[in-house]
Amino acid sequence: MSVLQSSIAQIASQVSAGELTARACVEESIAQLRQQNESLNVMISDCEEQALAEADSVDEKISAGKAVGPLAGVPVAIKDGICTRGLRTTAGSKMLEGFVPPYDATIVERLRDAGAICIGKTNLDEFAMGSSTEHSHFGVTKNPWSGECVAGGSSGGSAAAVASGIAPASIGSDTGGSIRQPASFCGITGIKPTYGRVSRYGLIAFASSLDQIGPMARSARDCAVLTNVLCGHDPKDSTSARNEVPDFVAACDQDLKGLRVGICKQHFEEGLDGSVKTSVIDAIKQLEELGAETVEIDLPHNSHAVATYYVVAPCEASSNLSRFDGVRYTSREKADDLIGMYSQTRKVNFGDEVMRRILLGTYSLSSGYDHELYKKASQVRRLIKNDYDAAFKSVDLIAGPTVPTTAFKIGEHAQDPLAMYLADIYTASANLAGVPGISLPCGFSPEGMPIGLQLQANMFCESELFRAAHQLQTHSDWHTKRPA
Amino acid sequence: MTTIDRDAFKFSDAKLIVGLEVHVQLKTDTKLFCGCSTQFGSAPNTQTCPVCTGMPGTLPVLNEKALELAIKTGLALNCEIARYTKWDRKNYFYPDLPKGYQISQFDQPVCGEGFVEAKIPKSEEPARKVRLERAHLEEDAGKSVHDESGKGGASRIDLNRTGTPLLEIVTKPDIRSAEEAKAFLSELKLILEYIAVSDCNMQEGSLRCDANVNLHIEADGESIATPIVEIKNLNSFRAAERAITFESKRQFKEWKKSGKTINDAPKQTHGWDDNAQKTIVQREKEDSADYRYFPDPDLIAVVISEEQIKQSENSLGDLPAAIRTKLREDYGLNEYDSDVIVSAGRPMVDYFRAVADGAGKDGKPNGKMASNWVGQEVMRYLNEHTTTIEEYPVSADSLADLLSRISAGEVDQTRAKEVLAEMLSSGCDAKAAFDKLGIVKVDSADLDALCQQLIEENPAIVEEIRGGKVKAVGSLIGKARQINPNVNPGTLRESLLRIIGL
Repeated sequence: MSVLQSSIAQIASQVSAGELTARACVEESIAQLRQQNESLNVMISDCEEQALAEADSVDEKISAGKAVGPLAGVPVAIKDGICTRGLRTTAGSKMLEGFVPPYDATIVERLRDAGAICIGKTNLDEFAMGSSTEHSHFGVTKNPWSGECVAGGSSGGSAAAVASGIAPASIGSDTGGSIRQPASFCGITGIKPTYGRVSRYGLIAFASSLDQIGPMARSARDCAVLTNVLCGHDPKDSTSARNEVPDFVAACDQDLKGLRVGICKQHFEEGLDGSVKTSVIDAIKQLEELGAETVEIDLPHNSHAVATYYVVAPCEASSNLSRFDGVRYTSREKADDLIGMYSQTRKVNFGDEVMRRILLGTYSLSSGYDHELYKKASQVRRLIKNDYDAAFKSVDLIAGPTVPTTAFKIGEHAQDPLAMYLADIYTASANLAGVPGISLPCGFSPEGMPIGLQLQANMFCESELFRAAHQLQTHSDWHTKRPA
Repeated sequence: MTTIDRDAFKFSDAKLIVGLEVHVQLKTDTKLFCGCSTQFGSAPNTQTCPVCTGMPGTLPVLNEKALELAIKTGLALNCEIARYTKWDRKNYFYPDLPKGYQISQFDQPVCGEGFVEAKIPKSEEPARKVRLERAHLEEDAGKSVHDESGKGGASRIDLNRTGTPLLEIVTKPDIRSAEEAKAFLSELKLILEYIAVSDCNMQEGSLRCDANVNLHIEADGESIATPIVEIKNLNSFRAAERAITFESKRQFKEWKKSGKTINDAPKQTHGWDDNAQKTIVQREKEDSADYRYFPDPDLIAVVISEEQIKQSENSLGDLPAAIRTKLREDYGLNEYDSDVIVSAGRPMVDYFRAVADGAGKDGKPNGKMASNWVGQEVMRYLNEHTTTIEEYPVSADSLADLLSRISAGEVDQTRAKEVLAEMLSSGCDAKAAFDKLGIVKVDSADLDALCQQLIEENPAIVEEIRGGKVKAVGSLIGKARQINPNVNPGTLRESLLRIIGL
C-alpha cells in the first residue's frame, strides 16, 4: 500500500518522527506520476531532481533534530499558473512555453517553509480560462474516473493529481469556480478561501478581483491543514487581508449543533441534473441529522452571476494579459513592424478561448460601452454581495450543488462556449462577492461519476466550512472512494 | 452664416489660450509600486525587479512616501486634497510599458482644483492666478532607445525609469501668453523646490511639460477657436516659451490660409524641435486612443486622513509668495530685490535673513544693506564659482558682522569689499581680516593731523576749494587714502572742510 494513503497530518507526523522519509513520499509520488501521467495528462512540467533534493533536505533537517513544518515531506502538485522560481511556469499557454520565473509565488514559499515538496506543475485551461482543462496548449487532462470525461477546470490537473493518487495535495486557483468545479468532477475536496485570505503574489492573474488560490485534497481536514499554511497577510499583495487566521484544523472538530444552513431555492431550479439534486438533498438531510438547522433563503440576484462574471472577468483579463506582447519574456513572432509583431505574437500564442475573452473584455471596457457593460456589471456585483450579506444575517452556511451536472464528455461543449460557461452557475457568485466556498464529494451519478456538494460561508468564516465538511466526512465515506 | 474676411485680421486680434500639463518626478528613494531605486543615470535595466518589469503574477504595492509628497505638493499649490483616492489602469500597448497599462488616477485624483499665482518678471502686469484642474499620481514608463544610425538596428528598452513616481499637474486653459507660461513654470518649479518634493531637473527629465495651445479670434461678435495642438517634448522653460510663440503664429497663419476651426480638425500632437525651432506634426488624434480606464483591482483605494493633511501642512514651511511679501514688508526690500533672493532658493533666503537680522540694530533688520551685499557680492561669487550658498565660505554671521562694522563706520564700503575678499580667500572672520589688512579705526586726533598735513602739502588745491570748487576736496581724500587706507572718506571730508574753514 502506498505510503501516501494516510491523511496529510499523518504523513507529516510520520515524516517528522522519522518513521517515514520525505524521500520515500516523493519517490512514491514520482512513481505514480510516471505510471499515470501519460494517460491522464495531469502535469505540464515535473521536477523530479529538485523534488528529491528538497525531500533530502527535509530529511536531513529531521535527522539533525531541527524543527520541520506541518507539511513535512508532503508532495504537493501546484497549478501551472502559479510561479515557481527556476521551474517553468506556462499558465497552460504557448505564450509562456519557455517562461522560467525568477521568483516564487508567496504560497510556494509558504508551502516550502512548512516542509511540503513541489512535485510538479499541473495542467490547466490556458490562463485559467475554462471549465474543463480542454483549453490548454499542453493537451486535455482526463478525469481519473473516466477517460472520456473532462477533469473540470481550470484547475483540472490539480484535481486529477489528487483523485488519481499522484499527490495527496494540490494547489489550485479559483476565479469563478476553478477549484470547486474540478473538485466536484473528480470526487475530491477543494476550497476557495475568502478573497484576500491567500496572497495572490506569483499567481498569473486572470481576473485580479476574483482570483483566489486554494488547496485541493482528499478530505476537508487535509484541506484545513493546507489552508492553515496558505493563509496570512502578505506585504507583497495589497489586496491580501490582515485578518487573523484561526486554526482551521481545530474548527473541524466542532459538532454541528446550532449550525444554521441556508438552502437557496435558485440552486435547485431547472438545469440541475436529477442525480446531482438527489445526492445534494441527501447531504443536506445528513447535515440536519448531525444537528444543523436548515433555513430557506433567497439570493435574488444569483441568476445574474454568470452574466456579471463574464463581463467583469474578461474586462480584467483583457488588461492583465496585455503584458504578453512579445517584447520581454514571452514567445515572439517576427513581423515587419511593431503592430505586426504584437498582433502576430498574440494571434499565434494565445488560444481561441483566451482571445475570445480578451475581445469580450476589451469591448466591454471601450468608451461608449463601458457604462452599459463594465460599470453595470460592477453594480450588479454589488447587489450579489448585498444578497449574501442579507443571507448571512440569518444563516452560517449556504448549501447546494457545486455544479449542475457531473463531469461532461471531452469535446461535448467544444462548439458551444456558452454551455460551458453555465458550469460556473453556482460557483461564480462566491467570487463576485468574495465569500469562501468548499466543494466536497456527496455521491455518484448512475454512470459512476462523482457529485459535489458546495458549502459557502460569510467572509472570513472558512471555519464554518471546515466544520460542516469535516463533520459530514466523519459520518460518510464518499470522500474515501477512489477511481479504479 | 456670415463669411468672415480673414485677411482683415491682425495677429494682435487673436487671443492666445494655453493650458499646461506638467509631469513632476517626485523625490522618493524607491519607485511608486516596488522597491527599486529611482536614481538617474545607472546602466540600463539595472534598477528593475519582477514587479516593475511586469512579470506575470507580480503585484504593485504603494510607496507611501510618494503619496505623502503628492499631498504636500497639492497643499502648496492650493489644491483640494481628496479624502478618498484610487488607482486606475490606463491601457495601451508600447514596448517601454511592460504591463501593457500604466497605473494612474482617472476620476478621483489625489489633488483637485488649485491655483498658482504667476507674475511675468519686470512687467507692470500684476500676478495672475493660473487655476489648476487637478494633479494625479502615476507611474512613469521606460525609455525606448532607437537606432539612429539609419542602418535599421534594433530598438532597445531601458526599464530603469519604469515605475518612477510622477505627479501630473494639469492647468486650466488660463495662460494667455508665452511669457506667462514661462512665468507659471518658473513659479511652479520654485514652489516644488521650496517644498523639496522634486529635483526639478529638466535635463534628467524630472520636470517635463506639454502645452495645449490654440487661439480665440473675435469676429462678428462671436469667438472663433483654432484647432487645439498639444506640443510635447518641452524640456526647458525657454523651449516652452518659444514653442508656444511659434505655435501661436503658425496657427494664426494657418487659420488665415484655411479658415479651419476647432470644429473642423481634431486635436493634433506636435513635437517641439529645439534645433529647428519649430513644431512638427506627430499624429492626428483622429482615432483618439481609447485607454479603457478602469479601477486597478490589484490596489486598494487610499483614504487620506485629516491628520495626514495637517502633518503635510505643517511640513510645508514658508512658500515663495509668502516670503516675497515678508521680505518686502519686514525687510524693506523692493519687489525686484525680494524676487532675486526668493528665486535663488530657500537656503539663500535663510542666508539673507540671517545676514539682515545679524546686521540690524535695535531688533530691526538691515534688509537694504544685506540685500545689496547678498544680491551683488555673494551672488556674483556663487556664479563665478558655480557653487551654491550652502558652499559659500563666509557664514551669514561673519557677513553680518562685517556689515555691522560698516554701519559703525569702522570701515568704508570699498575697503569692506577687500575685507570680504580676504574672508573668502583665507576663510577667516571679519575681525581677523581687519587685522590682516591693518584696518584700525583712525581717531580724531590722527585724522586732524592728517588733514593738517594735506592742507600744508597742497596749497593749490586748498585755494581752489576756497575759491568755491568744493569738488576738488575729492583729490585730497584720494591722497589721504594713499597715506592711510583706513580713513573713512566721509569723516575725512568733513574734517578737511572744517579745517579749511568752509
